[in-house]
Amino acid sequence: MTTTPTQATDLVTLTIDGIEVSVPKGSLIIRAAEEAGIEIPRFCDHPSLDPVGACRQCLVEVWMPGPPGPDGTPSEARQMQGPPGRMKPQASCTMTVAPGMVVKTQVTSEAIDKAQQGVMELLLINHPLDCPVCDKGGECPLQNQAMSAGRETSRFEDSKRTYPKPVNISSQVLLDRERCVLCARCTRFSDQVAGDPFIALVERGALQQVGIYEEQPFESYFSGNTVQICPVGALTGAAYRFRSRPFDLVSTPSVCEHCASGCAQRTDHRRGTILRRMAQNDPEVNGEWNCDKGRWAFAYSSVGDRFEFPMVRENGELRVASWPEALRVAAAGLGHANASGVLVGGRVSAEDAYAYAKFARQVLGTNDIDFRARPHSAEEADFLAASVVGTGPQGGAVTYTDLGSASTVLLLGFEPEDESPIVFLRLRKAFRKNKTRVYAVSPVASRGLAKMGGQLIASAPGTEAEVIAAIKAGRGSKRVEEAAAALAEGGVILVGERLATVPGALSAAAALAEHTGARLAWVPRRAGERGALEAGAFPTLLPGGRLVTDASARAEVALAWDLAGLPDTPGRDCAGIVAALRSGELDGVVIGGVDPFDLGIGDADAVLGGAFVVSLEQRPSAATAYADVILPVATVAEKSGTFVDWEGRPRSFEAALTTTYVSDYRALDMLADEMGHFLGCRTQREVADEMTSLGAGTGPRPTAPNVPPAEPRQVADGHLVLATWRHLLDQGSMQDGEPFLAGTAPRATARVSATTAQTLGLADGDEVRVDLVTGACVVALVTISEMADHVIWLPTNSAGSDLRVALATEGGDHVFVTKDGDA
Amino acid sequence: MTQLTPILSKFWDAEQSWSLATYEQHDGYRAMDKAFAMEPAAVISAVKDSALRGRGGAGFPTGMKWSFMSPPDGDARYLVVNADESEPGTCKDIPLMMANPHVLLEGVAISSYAIGCKKAFIYLRGEVVHVYRRLLRAVEEAYAAGHLGENIHGTGIDVDIVVHAGAGAYICGEETALLDSLEGRRGQPRSKPPFPGAAGLYARPTSVNNVESIASVPGIILEGVDWFKGMGTEKSAGFGIFSLSGHVKNPGQYEAPLGITLRELLDMAGGMRDPNKKLKFWTPGGSSTPLFTAEHLDVPLDFESVGAAGSMLGTRALQIFDETVCVVRAVDRWIEFYKHESCGKCTPCREGTWWLAQILHRLEHGQGTEADLDKLLDISDNILGRSFCALGDGATSPVTSSIQHFRDEYLAHLEHGGCPFDPQAAVLWATDKESVSA
Repeated sequence: MTTTPTQATDLVTLTIDGIEVSVPKGSLIIRAAEEAGIEIPRFCDHPSLDPVGACRQCLVEVWMPGPPGPDGTPSEARQMQGPPGRMKPQASCTMTVAPGMVVKTQVTSEAIDKAQQGVMELLLINHPLDCPVCDKGGECPLQNQAMSAGRETSRFEDSKRTYPKPVNISSQVLLDRERCVLCARCTRFSDQVAGDPFIALVERGALQQVGIYEEQPFESYFSGNTVQICPVGALTGAAYRFRSRPFDLVSTPSVCEHCASGCAQRTDHRRGTILRRMAQNDPEVNGEWNCDKGRWAFAYSSVGDRFEFPMVRENGELRVASWPEALRVAAAGLGHANASGVLVGGRVSAEDAYAYAKFARQVLGTNDIDFRARPHSAEEADFLAASVVGTGPQGGAVTYTDLGSASTVLLLGFEPEDESPIVFLRLRKAFRKNKTRVYAVSPVASRGLAKMGGQLIASAPGTEAEVIAAIKAGRGSKRVEEAAAALAEGGVILVGERLATVPGALSAAAALAEHTGARLAWVPRRAGERGALEAGAFPTLLPGGRLVTDASARAEVALAWDLAGLPDTPGRDCAGIVAALRSGELDGVVIGGVDPFDLGIGDADAVLGGAFVVSLEQRPSAATAYADVILPVATVAEKSGTFVDWEGRPRSFEAALTTTYVSDYRALDMLADEMGHFLGCRTQREVADEMTSLGAGTGPRPTAPNVPPAEPRQVADGHLVLATWRHLLDQGSMQDGEPFLAGTAPRATARVSATTAQTLGLADGDEVRVDLVTGACVVALVTISEMADHVIWLPTNSAGSDLRVALATEGGDHVFVTKDGDA
Repeated sequence: MTQLTPILSKFWDAEQSWSLATYEQHDGYRAMDKAFAMEPAAVISAVKDSALRGRGGAGFPTGMKWSFMSPPDGDARYLVVNADESEPGTCKDIPLMMANPHVLLEGVAISSYAIGCKKAFIYLRGEVVHVYRRLLRAVEEAYAAGHLGENIHGTGIDVDIVVHAGAGAYICGEETALLDSLEGRRGQPRSKPPFPGAAGLYARPTSVNNVESIASVPGIILEGVDWFKGMGTEKSAGFGIFSLSGHVKNPGQYEAPLGITLRELLDMAGGMRDPNKKLKFWTPGGSSTPLFTAEHLDVPLDFESVGAAGSMLGTRALQIFDETVCVVRAVDRWIEFYKHESCGKCTPCREGTWWLAQILHRLEHGQGTEADLDKLLDISDNILGRSFCALGDGATSPVTSSIQHFRDEYLAHLEHGGCPFDPQAAVLWATDKESVSA
């Protein structure tokens, strides 16, 4: 990625408070002043929002160069006035720089100092003096700037505007209207950045206020950002309100554990209790935004059901045990097992995943390890080995920045708003600012797609491979042809993890990228997947993308690990391990954070009941119910480590809390010890150093898979094909304990095309009964104008719609739909 | 002695003055034929040469506004007529549209042709439903007669007019707030640049002009530039409707050349309502223009002279107040209006009017100190030129000018512990009986 250096001709030179600065053409005065190190007070101004000029706090005096004289040089600068004779202050947040402009801020202009003090005084007349009980007190731009740009005393002695307080603008965001300075940051954010204009300013004058629509609640995945950018304490999060004062908090830079977006965050705790998380500014990744899940879904660790101590099963019951006892029992159990596998799950840090990978090879002597606790395929394994592992921003892989400047982005099996919300925000910004064209191969045009200005290339589930092949061939509907032509001009293809469920689709995607020259990136849903792939928690790959089948790669790793050799046959993938557990071929398993239901296992007893199960877990799950030994491990706030985001960018984080919990690598190290192996994974530094020294493999990269598309199964009369993905906010166990957040989760609805609805005699809003192989669910029907016919979309794991087991069951992807109540 | 120049108001007294038939009897829609035979640029030049200045208050040259629009690019361009007349005291556009709507429609057709617009909008103040009905009927008549629509008078020129009723917000008289409102949004002023001439209605080049400005165009085309410049002063050419209201014998609209004085107008209007009561103060151009007193009776009412005397010509809304009126009470009520109408977008106007209103209300009731007067002036200083649009600026005019001219009267309220005036003495049905003060 080369960037054009800013040409001197693109720069505009002006003088601010006597300091000459050169800034890019089109810059706002307030930004230019920042370059000169001058801070102009402001409220409505926000660099990531369109200028509005509402609060008038950033007024400056401006002198424009006069018209050029006979020799072409501009005559003396003239003060901007209005009415004549009176200096007219200009809002530095809306006025752009001009060559030769002279700006005087509060630093050098007395009149401006007075103007700013005047605005500040006016802002304060209707602002309550409740700083001592306000959540913003101590970190409040109004408080701070009232000190720097305000009068010492107020002359206001009349009545302040008051309101009953607070107003719930959603279950998680509260509004104290009397504190609001009406800067419109929240409404502009929601409208411009998130594309969710569910809040707006209503009423007039001093009674103007932020309002919501009765019929469209403020259910935006990004609503928490409005709380963070509110320059006063008007918007507060229900979870944090009245919990703490900012100066009592200890802040730790952190990385979000929920998805592969890799958001920089800040975790604030007071006396060992996490009270809030904020988005941290990282221009290359999340900008200064995050999603509500990242912000608010952290209470799962404090709902009261943590495994605080190791547990062992005795006479069928779990009981608390000491670490030495638990390790002894675990070591004995795994030692007695004929063959064991490792299920890592997609949520652990890269260091943890590395320890699992090493444990499997060194201690268990197997490649039976997989992080993919979700639908997957052998084709996917080949695809990841060929096109994904070992890439990253350093190596020229697709980055967020590339998304922002791409001319075309094609989404395959990927719904960014639900599955990687910061990718969504970046694509929306690209659409707004760069006119990036977005195409999605998906069964249904979502609202998220509309917000990215995206166009749907409709494809029923199972037909994606053929549709992708059609794009490659450049033949099909007008839109397919347009997308093909656009991609050929240089574009980006984003592949979601769901594409693994369609035979041939990933092969087709790789072939499309090869054919068009478009750049390809894989966006998994969970935060730990990419790191686990890189760490070798994979049946066909060792750390650093080294192939299990590559003898020299094995030798390289064996040498580093001080072993005679490594198992040389590719291991079972997740489904294979489950099948082997079911059949008894495997009779031992080490399970990380894996929920059997995510694997589509409805009968965990048949899978885990007969095996010796060692579970490294934080809280009870369907897997720990069958565990013979439970080793308690740390949550993300309690450990340091690294997630690798979808770009392949390492995102390291420190422990926010000091606890006695250990990270998975430490528990595995101790278990290995007990089993007579030195794993060398005692500290994060030790693991990270080893990972670094091992580095990436240098062996040849395998070629991309070439799996032919499978013929989609015939749809029986009256049946529909099930399409699904997970909503960002759903029944995921890491959202437990946060009822305010859950209150804005999208309700489960069934989406069908208008044609399909008509065929079935159904109408928008009907309660419909969807017969799944696991039972029926009853949800409201929504007809979608752009959607593949004979398809019904339901969320994967929302209240009233849990498809995880049904989808993994033979024939479960075809469903029968009737109006609820009809026979 | 300046004479009245009834042009727009020439036949307001005719039977059914508003009908198409009446308008056609008075050369109606003839200017259109003349204009359509000219090049559009020539029409703009004529309006430019006439030195017609915007009649909505700011006085920006109309022809220049048109020539500042982005050049035609083949896509839509709009003319929007600002008929959101809401300024306290201003009542010229509404009577004009009521009595002679067709002169506006003809003006719209000619102006649209000049600027290359095929679809024009008249944004009417929402409360005046009777005017709305009359405009709708007039547009209907004009379409039926072929004066509007496609291929007008067989010239191949198309002009459509949409009459849109606002929802009753003073701020929508601000041209960019009007455009937002017309687009279906909340009426709040937009950031400029871009100016409407570059990106106005639906982000297309748009000219927003006052009713009276547009209605003056047919006359300029038909009678010629020199005819128009023959009236008024050099820099404030032409005629205008002067609306007299308040304590005047015959309130109403007086169409006269710019530069006429209030003394002359008062003479024509039969003098003060009660000849025994003296003129105390008056507004030259609505409540947003600084107050004048009896000493300004001979100020020529043109843009330059009124400006030089410390006020603004504004919309020529001459509200006359005699000595029975308490200036503090009058200003208090005006500020209440601005507080109510402030859109809330910017801090100075939103919070400033809220504060001013409370102080004035106190002072009117005798509560406060002399320091409050300085506070009023300082708050006004912090609003004027700091607010987003002119609404906030306008709100300070009555406050600062009333304190300038009537500081003692404010103080009298404080000394008296309340208003020393009997509000009953100022009303229409007041008797000469000596009133008893509170």
